[in-house]
Amino acid sequence: MELNYTPKQTAFRAEVRAWLAANLPREPLASYDTREGFEQHRAWEAKLFESRWSMVMWPAELGGRGCDLIEWLIFEEEYYGAGAPMRVNQNGQLLLGPTLMEFGTPEQKQRFLPRMAASLDMWAQGWSEPNAGSDMAAITSKATLDGDHYVINGQKTWSTRAIFADWLFGLFRSEPGSSRHHGLSFVMVPLNAPGVSIRPIKALNGKDAFAEVFFDDVRVPVANRIGADGQGWHVAMATAGFERGLLLRSPARFQATARRLVELYKANRDSADRDPSLRDAVLETWMGAEAYALSAYHTVGRLSRGEQIGAESSINKIIWSELDLKMHETAMRILGSRAELLAPGEGDAAGWLDGFLFAQSGPIYAGTNEIQRNIIAERMLGLPK
Amino acid sequence: MDFTFTDDQLTFREAISRFLMTEAAPEMLREIWETDVGRSPDLRNKIAAQGLTALSVPEAEGGLGMDDVAWALMTQELGYYAIPDSLADTAYVATGLLASLTAEHPARRLLPRIAEGNVRLAISHPVNPLVSDAQLAEVLILIDGDDIHVVPRSQVDVLHQPSIDASRRLGQVTWNPTAATCVASGVLGRTLQAQLLDRGALSVAGQLLGLAQRMLDLSVDYVAQRKQFGKPIGSFQAVKHHLADVARAIEQAKPVLYRAAHGLAQGDANASVWVSQARLACCEASWVAARKGIQVHGAMGYTWEVDLQMFMKRAWALDSSWGDRAFHKSRVSDYLFADGARLGPGHTFEE
Repeated sequence: MELNYTPKQTAFRAEVRAWLAANLPREPLASYDTREGFEQHRAWEAKLFESRWSMVMWPAELGGRGCDLIEWLIFEEEYYGAGAPMRVNQNGQLLLGPTLMEFGTPEQKQRFLPRMAASLDMWAQGWSEPNAGSDMAAITSKATLDGDHYVINGQKTWSTRAIFADWLFGLFRSEPGSSRHHGLSFVMVPLNAPGVSIRPIKALNGKDAFAEVFFDDVRVPVANRIGADGQGWHVAMATAGFERGLLLRSPARFQATARRLVELYKANRDSADRDPSLRDAVLETWMGAEAYALSAYHTVGRLSRGEQIGAESSINKIIWSELDLKMHETAMRILGSRAELLAPGEGDAAGWLDGFLFAQSGPIYAGTNEIQRNIIAERMLGLPK
Repeated sequence: MDFTFTDDQLTFREAISRFLMTEAAPEMLREIWETDVGRSPDLRNKIAAQGLTALSVPEAEGGLGMDDVAWALMTQELGYYAIPDSLADTAYVATGLLASLTAEHPARRLLPRIAEGNVRLAISHPVNPLVSDAQLAEVLILIDGDDIHVVPRSQVDVLHQPSIDASRRLGQVTWNPTAATCVASGVLGRTLQAQLLDRGALSVAGQLLGLAQRMLDLSVDYVAQRKQFGKPIGSFQAVKHHLADVARAIEQAKPVLYRAAHGLAQGDANASVWVSQARLACCEASWVAARKGIQVHGAMGYTWEVDLQMFMKRAWALDSSWGDRAFHKSRVSDYLFADGARLGPGHTFEE
């Protein structure tokens, strides 16, 4: 056990910090759930990519820096510590990207990964359907083979920012008459293809944060399939693992929120201390964020020793989503009567409100926390189905 | 940056675990609970033969010279098997104190005896009103203001105070300090007392985490076997989710414990805060494990008959040992709300 950074790691941290200090947007970007904000975030991603900061762990030929996981954690700490913008292309970069690396052909990797790193292609995800949510194996959208194309019909839903995105990846039933997790294929669909129509769904924040996507005889080349025909479930499960796991929700984000919460509490101490549970909640959530960060470093160490991380990623998902919710609930309670106001005010009240609304979705998306608890109980503890 | 254990550390832990699995079965714990003395000299000798009492003793004095990080693993095993003995008090907490005395200090003569496993020490500290194993110890480490004394058992009076955890042997100690027994005073005395407290708190944290894991394992076994409505109750989501929450609390606490142990071993400036964080996380994990454990055991959980009770009682009893939660929370709070505290991403480890 050696809990110090090497000189190389410290130098890397300094490099990230210096670049961010020189390049962070002067004004906060608009919400990426709006067209304007989405394009602002895309431009920021392009800037990150130009200096090879968008995907630091990817190899140099794909626009990255070949960083290891510790360097990635350091990057994330500096990134979120500096208050840099949210990452708008995570569905692509952090979910599809690793999937392509593992299951994609050399041609697919070359075609999609560099454009993804540069956010020239923005990706939406097409898993859930109106009747296939937590029960994802109930998917009915079809990809029917026709020569060297699939013909896609059906409907996907809850596709985050799909109305602004360029591509969608998802699971489609390619084997007629198959059921459950058999006979599904993992296919990438350009959202400008004839037959695709997208209807935005307004989220709690009133913005077009996600969408329904309809497919009406959409023709997609078979070359857009990842993995073998009928093996989509296997490919998708790997992606779900990435999502629940560390990559999508690095601890730094939550540590940054925990620090903001401490500052909010200190700035409002007189009114907050009328309720002693608020101070305790600030303390407990700060410890929770630190514990999550420590757990990330421990996990990274174990991975580098060749250990596998399995159902533990379900524990991570519960930890960060409940932590995020608790921090924002505490902030709302500290803000009191200012919490409901939409106009930007003192103490970033509107920012906390926005985060509070988004935090409501944490225990639901990427597999509800009830599903995660089932996974922990069945796969980690070995309880019967 | 490498937040993992060495193969040696993990192998040693595994060996101790396998040993305790056969030597400290729950039936045996129950037998020891029923005895007046509450201790098994035979078990203690066997544990010493495994090298556990020698773990922290410096190599020059016949020990293995391992540090707090090794104890973060070993205390979990002591907790997991609810070893009815204050072994870590002697082999870890007291040994740490004696090993920090000057090379020629006469009290260091205890170290080879500790390594061999034939002396028991009991430790008092202002945060603990009662002294664990005071009655049985040959030597007591006692505090008088800033002074630390190493006192033979014959020079103190002990009044036994029964605990709900029948494997605890608590005593109220009365004694008269004399210059002859004083080993440290003034600034040194205060520093060593603070170290005693941190090691004691870390030792309890590890034991609580081990207890939590045992209660989870017992509960998993029970719900997989117990049938209602024609199925194992462990197939019901309400039951699954209780136990998933226990697993989550345990996994969340582990790295916090390990960082605290590493901080103590390195003498990090904030090690006390990290120890307190570890204590709070491990206290929480063990109480959640007890609460959910008794719930999924149903009425059986409320009986003397199931083994769960022994582990629950130990967890409840240890919760306030070496600093109650209020003490530890206030230490974290003082750090967190201090002006100029370095918080947020990138400040997790000492710079």
